[in-house]
Order: sequence, then C-alpha cells, then structure tokens
Amino acid sequence: MAALDRPAPKPRPVYLNLFAIRLPLPGFVSILHRVSGALLFLIGIPLLLWVVQRSLASPDAWEQMRATLSTPLSKLILIVLAWAYLHHFIAGIRHLLMDMHWGMDLKSARQSSAVTIVLAILLTLAVAVKLW
Amino acid sequence: MVMPKRVVVGAHYGWRDWLVQRVSAVVMALYTLLVLFLVVRNGGLDYAAWKATFSSEIFRLASFVFMLSLLWHAWVGVRNIAMDYLKPVGVRLTFQVVVIVLLIGYVGWTIQVLWGGV
Repeated sequence: MAALDRPAPKPRPVYLNLFAIRLPLPGFVSILHRVSGALLFLIGIPLLLWVVQRSLASPDAWEQMRATLSTPLSKLILIVLAWAYLHHFIAGIRHLLMDMHWGMDLKSARQSSAVTIVLAILLTLAVAVKLW
Repeated sequence: MVMPKRVVVGAHYGWRDWLVQRVSAVVMALYTLLVLFLVVRNGGLDYAAWKATFSSEIFRLASFVFMLSLLWHAWVGVRNIAMDYLKPVGVRLTFQVVVIVLLIGYVGWTIQVLWGGV
C-alpha cells in the first residue's frame, strides 16, 4: 500500500509555555479582549444589575449603594471593571474597523493595538482619578 | 467544469454568531454614549434625575434592548472561551448549561429592575 511507503511524520514540537511565549502586540490586545470580556461577564453584569436596582429603589437605597461603592475595595473593583469595559469597547471598535478592511496591514495593526492598550489605560486612569 | 451546487459545512452558527456579536456591540456602544450624554446633560448623577431618566418608557425599552444585547453578546463570547479551554465534553456541557441558566436569570432580573417598581 502506498500509504505505508511514506515516512512517519516527525513529532512536532509542542511549546505552549504561556510564560515563555512572546505574543505580538495584536496578540496581547486579543487575549486582553478575552480577559476583559470574562471579567465583565463574571462580575460586571451582576454588579450592573444590582447597582441599577439599588439606585432606583429609594433615595435611601441610593445613598446606601453609593456608600457601599465608595469603600477602597469597591473602588478597586470598579476601576478594574472600568478598564475591562474601556479595553473591550476600544478593542471592539478596532475589530469593527478591521471588518471594514481598515488598518489591515501589519504596521497599522500593530499601531492600532498599541493605541488600544494605551488609550484604555489612560481612560481608566481618568476614571480612577475621578473616583478617588 | 460544472460544480455541484451544495452546502459544504454544517450548522451555520459561525456567521450568525459573528453577526450577532457585531450588531449587539454596536447597540451597546450607542446605549453607552446615550447614558453618558444623559448623565452629562443632567449635570452629574443624583437620585432625582436618575429616577426621572428611568421613568421614561422609551429609555426603559432602550435599556432592555441594551441588556439583551449584552447577555447575547456574553453568551457568544463565553461559549467561544469554553470551546477553547474546556475540552472534556461533560465539563463543557455543564458549564454551558450553567451559563445559559444564569443568563436567562439575568433577563428576569433585568425585567424586574426596569418594570418591577411600576
């Protein structure tokens, strides 16, 4: 049989050490898109519903909710979620632009990745300053 | 050569997920800008203005559409993550069922928040 004449395929190297793989910049934006999305799903959605529910219940509930959200731990969580929302938002717009074949070449893709990461962090800092 | 006219791949949810993810993203982005605009117009956040904003039936409907977009968007994203990292079928199925139940629960909670006080 012809199939038996072929040499056995060489074992390919499997190299998936996440701490040793150097991701290109667009790869970072991509994995951060995932991480931020997961955070928004796990914490963001229930927190959003809870906050809106309390905020509409009564003036007392509003004040109570504000107090709960102004502890240092709450503020830290809010800042992380703000980053997640901002990163996901900006990276999403980058996705939409690329769907329309805007910025598809390697150089622009790298540049827009850098813009996404930096802009999300800068806006998060602005939110943090406002919050504190 | 005449090629047979036939469909070569299976379930077709790929392109639908792709589209849902983008349409829901645009809805959420527009709603985000709307809320930002309303808060700025109200001169910040206070209970009376916030309550008044939510007393508008149109705003409630917009909020509902936003939440459905968010939950559907979350489903597509979480499902993709599950397909990449949860390999044993049983684990993945269990995880997906939990997520679906959770998301349906969130739809109920959303309705409660938006129309429960009426």
